[in-house]
Amino acid sequence: MAAINRDDVAHLARLAHIEMSAEELDRMAGELAVIVDSVKSVSEAAGEDVPATSHPIPLTNVFREDVVGHTFTAEQALSGAPDAFENRFKVPAILDED
Amino acid sequence: MSVDATLSFEEAMEKYDPVLGFEVHVELNTKTKMFSSAPNVFGDEPNTNVNEVDLGMPGVLPVVNKAAVESSIKIGLALNCKIAESCRFARKNYFYPDTPKNFQTSQYDEPIAYDGYLDIELEDGTVFRVEIERAHMEEDAGKLTHMGGATGRIQGADYSLVDYNRSGVPLVEIVTKPIEGAGSRAPELAKAYVAAVREIVKNLGVSDAKMERGNVRCDANVSLRPHGQERFGIRSETKNVNSLRAVEHAVRYEIQRHAAVLDSGQPIIQETRHWHEDTRSTTSGRPKSDADDYRYFPEPDLVPVVASREWVEELRATLPEPPAERRKRLKEAWGYSDLEFRDVVNAGVMDSIEETIAAGASADVARKWWMGEIVGRAKVADVEPGELGVTPQVIVELNKLVEDGKINNKMATQVLDGVLAGEGAPAEIVEKRGLAVVSDDGPLLEAIDAALAAQPDVAEKIRGGKVQAIGAIVGGVMKATRGQADAGRVRELILEKLGVQG
Repeated sequence: MAAINRDDVAHLARLAHIEMSAEELDRMAGELAVIVDSVKSVSEAAGEDVPATSHPIPLTNVFREDVVGHTFTAEQALSGAPDAFENRFKVPAILDED
Repeated sequence: MSVDATLSFEEAMEKYDPVLGFEVHVELNTKTKMFSSAPNVFGDEPNTNVNEVDLGMPGVLPVVNKAAVESSIKIGLALNCKIAESCRFARKNYFYPDTPKNFQTSQYDEPIAYDGYLDIELEDGTVFRVEIERAHMEEDAGKLTHMGGATGRIQGADYSLVDYNRSGVPLVEIVTKPIEGAGSRAPELAKAYVAAVREIVKNLGVSDAKMERGNVRCDANVSLRPHGQERFGIRSETKNVNSLRAVEHAVRYEIQRHAAVLDSGQPIIQETRHWHEDTRSTTSGRPKSDADDYRYFPEPDLVPVVASREWVEELRATLPEPPAERRKRLKEAWGYSDLEFRDVVNAGVMDSIEETIAAGASADVARKWWMGEIVGRAKVADVEPGELGVTPQVIVELNKLVEDGKINNKMATQVLDGVLAGEGAPAEIVEKRGLAVVSDDGPLLEAIDAALAAQPDVAEKIRGGKVQAIGAIVGGVMKATRGQADAGRVRELILEKLGVQG
């Protein structure tokens, strides 16, 4: 069983900006451990001679030529924005006064 | 905002040994972005150089810009790095509105270039080797403007406005190994290092390298340790020090601040510092925390970049001569003194002089015209000397007219003004403006007689052997002929007339 404790989950929740209650943290700690174990079973299928990969197909060097393609207008770019001002996305200030 | 205590730089140096480290971000000048085909252009209307990839919309796929990879390899080679046979991109996860994806596509444990060095020449000629840890590919973030609040800075802002035009612009981040042994020259070395990186990427043609536009940005790490101690002290990282002068000042300031903290018996807090040009000091940013857990993992949407040795060698063959070597070669070839050559470099006319010499002028003639005449005029016009409109051919022609005795130096400057005013080629202007030297001795002899008569005491001195007094008579003749005489010929005629040996 993978060791995922409540503190690990609380840390991940904070990094992921997810608010979780005490009960949720407890429950998730148990569920995540199971999930991690399940994913781990993949490493049992691969032998020592199989190198780690980050992609299912052994492709390399998929490149694009440096040629300008399509762009959005500012209006299109901002069409899904919750708030905008002068053609820019308007977002809450992140840091408080020191 | 409290003001931090500092020690004098001298006292800090007596007590402590500084260790430096730099992260320099270079924006590449590719036509398009790192992972999208949107244009990479500075200064356009906000959010117009973006498409779905730059805005991090769901379901989009990034595709790597081949030209950006080639530029990155060239930078690696110019920094004497090894180029990875195979490397991958990784996601650096964080939440901040400068990236709409909530991650930056970067490289983590597999940078494209690693283990290099750069030899930095300081003002007095001392060469200091800076080891390069790595140079990796990544993408720039969007630009935030903080609105409201008292300072216009992020602290106390009411809200922020985001322009994603810069989002996805190709970046190469160059990271040094810890730089030890710089001692009191640390601030100077810092400036020289960033200047050298900027010069290299500019010379490679892979970046516009304009620091004022953020094409080259520096984060400076500083730590101190007592003399003789092996272990590094705790460092601070001063962000976005974006001019060469600021790099020097920021390193100097952080050394002085660290020294005061250590002297008071307090530990240094490992933190980000913000540089303020107005007060030439840094203020505390945020401390390093568990929020700096970026949870890097290999980017699943991109496949590895494999740099075959053939490809690397092809790129190596296109590299221009390194700037430092080129300077050394030209200085020797031209025979300028250290000071003369430094002035030429600082005035930004080294290339122009090289072209002028290639067009047929001597090294001294080229320097005389560029440094003596053109640099000053360019300053007045507020343009770079090379952009003033004087071609190497113009200088060669002007010089030939002077050497042939057709015009004198003073007239030559008038002809130069004519060229800049668009009046045509030098020979034409001599004709049009009637600037030919008076070469008929008749009018000259008359003018000489008049000048000698006007200054009999000077004439007497020359007769008595004080030949250096002749300047006053030559000056009188030049004035009488409105500058249209050949001063050398005038001198000869005066000496002849007075029966004195020159």
